[in-house]
Amino acid sequence: MSSALNLLIGLAMGLSLIALASSRLPSVIRAAAFQGMILGILPLLLEERFHWLVIAVATGTVTVKGFIIPNLLLRALRAANIDREMEPLLGFVPSLLLGAAAIIGAAALGNELPLRPEHAKTLLVPGAFATVVCGFILLMTRAKAISQVCGYLILENGIYLFGLLLINSTPLLVEAGILLDLTVAIFVIGIIVDRIQREFDTLDTRKQTFLRE
Amino acid sequence: MKEILLIALPLIFAAAAFAWPNERTRSWLLPVACGLHTLLTMWLLINPPALAAIAWFGFDPLARAVLPMVSLLFLVCSIYGVSYLQIRSERKNRIFVTALLVMLGLLSLALQAQNLGLLWVAAEATTLVTVPLLHFNGTARAFEASWKYLLVGGTGIALSLLGSFCLGYASLHSGGSGDLTFTALVAQGSSLTRPWLITAWVLLLAGYGTKMGLAPMHTWKPDAYGEAPGMVGALLAGGTTTMAFVAILRVKQVVDAAGDGAMTERTLLAFGLFSMLVAALFLLSTRDFKRMLAYSSVEHMGILAVGAALGGAGILAALFHVWTNGLTKGALFLSAGNIRRAAGAQTEDKVAGMAWRSPASARIFVVGILAVTACPPFGVFFSELKIILATFQTNNPFVAVVFLGCLLFAFFGLTRLVFAIVDGRPRAAARATGKQLREKPGVIIPPLLFLALSLWLGLATPSLLRDTWTAAAKFLFPTP
Repeated sequence: MSSALNLLIGLAMGLSLIALASSRLPSVIRAAAFQGMILGILPLLLEERFHWLVIAVATGTVTVKGFIIPNLLLRALRAANIDREMEPLLGFVPSLLLGAAAIIGAAALGNELPLRPEHAKTLLVPGAFATVVCGFILLMTRAKAISQVCGYLILENGIYLFGLLLINSTPLLVEAGILLDLTVAIFVIGIIVDRIQREFDTLDTRKQTFLRE
Repeated sequence: MKEILLIALPLIFAAAAFAWPNERTRSWLLPVACGLHTLLTMWLLINPPALAAIAWFGFDPLARAVLPMVSLLFLVCSIYGVSYLQIRSERKNRIFVTALLVMLGLLSLALQAQNLGLLWVAAEATTLVTVPLLHFNGTARAFEASWKYLLVGGTGIALSLLGSFCLGYASLHSGGSGDLTFTALVAQGSSLTRPWLITAWVLLLAGYGTKMGLAPMHTWKPDAYGEAPGMVGALLAGGTTTMAFVAILRVKQVVDAAGDGAMTERTLLAFGLFSMLVAALFLLSTRDFKRMLAYSSVEHMGILAVGAALGGAGILAALFHVWTNGLTKGALFLSAGNIRRAAGAQTEDKVAGMAWRSPASARIFVVGILAVTACPPFGVFFSELKIILATFQTNNPFVAVVFLGCLLFAFFGLTRLVFAIVDGRPRAAARATGKQLREKPGVIIPPLLFLALSLWLGLATPSLLRDTWTAAAKFLFPTP
């Protein structure tokens, strides 16, 4: 059970690196979506008995993270007629190196932190921290609004991965609230992207320079 | 029951505002809803309800110490809102009024939340509902400000979720049942797993610190306060930041109970003094009087963090400061909004002589600045004095020196810019736009009310409030 789990978490970490290395927006969006779908399946592996609530959470996560949000982003990309190049503020190779460093650091941190016996052999903690940091790197080093949203998505994916540690103990209400908030956040971000597009005719946040000190 | 009503009432009115057909009369829902909310809060302040043992939310001593201030802030701002929306009748107000009322409901929920997860959900929802308020003006600059707010605020709120998970795991690892109410976490005390607890504190302080606007996570603040309507600035500076401060206090209570009080105090002190320093330096150079208010807010958040780091007496003073700062800031933001409208610009390069163009607002602005820079007999003077006394009580004279130095520089910065705007000859641009803008009583009385409240808190702090703050400080920091 835990080897399948670790395989999927490893895959998710690899997808964060792919997102860091891609030079085109649609492939970043697809990497984030695929990562979201993998995370959606994980609760089924963690839970021994198939409770209907777990199945509902898994289906919901896969639908939202894997289909609805990527579709919204791809639609925004088409509607706003955005150039598909990434325009990194930090080159792809340095970003990848930073991402790799993040994974090593997360693995080291994961070894330091005490874990419950049932989590001890899994990659949940290192995977979560590595994904959060990769998302953060993407968020900070890309100029376009949509790629920043992708970075935010990957960051959220990492946090969701961490949340799996608590899936048996926290009330499901908290989980549901998280999912809802995520969707709404992306919705609102999407609307703003749309507005920025109309106001600036560009999604390059470097050109938003009215406000600075 | 009444504490649920406190949350439900604004939300019901928000639904009504959304369905309300008439643009002109919709804004009257604001003072009605906020008035009822204030009445209810005052009733609860005087007759505090008994707390259910395992409630998800409740009117506990901490909520009782701050929620009445937020309610009063909303009430006075809502009175201003009626006149403001009449002046700005060219903009549709359906979303604006709805979002304001939802924000009041969510803040009431967040301030009363007794559960780590519920607190986070309310904080996240508050972040989202503020976005339409920020781009009410619909300009490119307003969109830019909302984008930055959402990106920085969203990242901050994401970090606080990660921190909440870490705290949850600290409890689970040490044999907890997954009950994330603050009472349960405090009861676990020193059995909480220490490495996870420290990770949680770092992440939660960074996350909620971003919402509160502590330096260096304050970057969204000048943009948001500079571009939002004045009343939204007042509600952000007195409402949302208070919510984040309360969140930090609640988490601090858990970490303190686990025996790491020295660490929380040291980190809060560092963040607080750094915020005050950064704010003082930016105040000396900023040329925009609405962004100036944002830096002043960063400074006062720093003061709150310093207060929270100074034990029981410091927490009491910080809660007092939440009141005085929130209400005085209200006067400043509302009068700054009036000046901005009359001048048609907001930098000192384009605005001067506002004492002639909008005399009443300019006077309120000057008095407000003196009040917020701690001139007696306004409330801020007394609350800051209490914090300085607390530094000496806890044997931190060095903190007092840095604290006073930052206050002095902030005073220079604030008065420099304010008098540049108020004095001198009105600029041509203002002369062109100034004619049609009369200062209606509807936009003058609310900031005056705020000043009166600030004065009243300073001259005659009601003993009821003082007892409430003492009870909350005892609740958070039980002295052995």
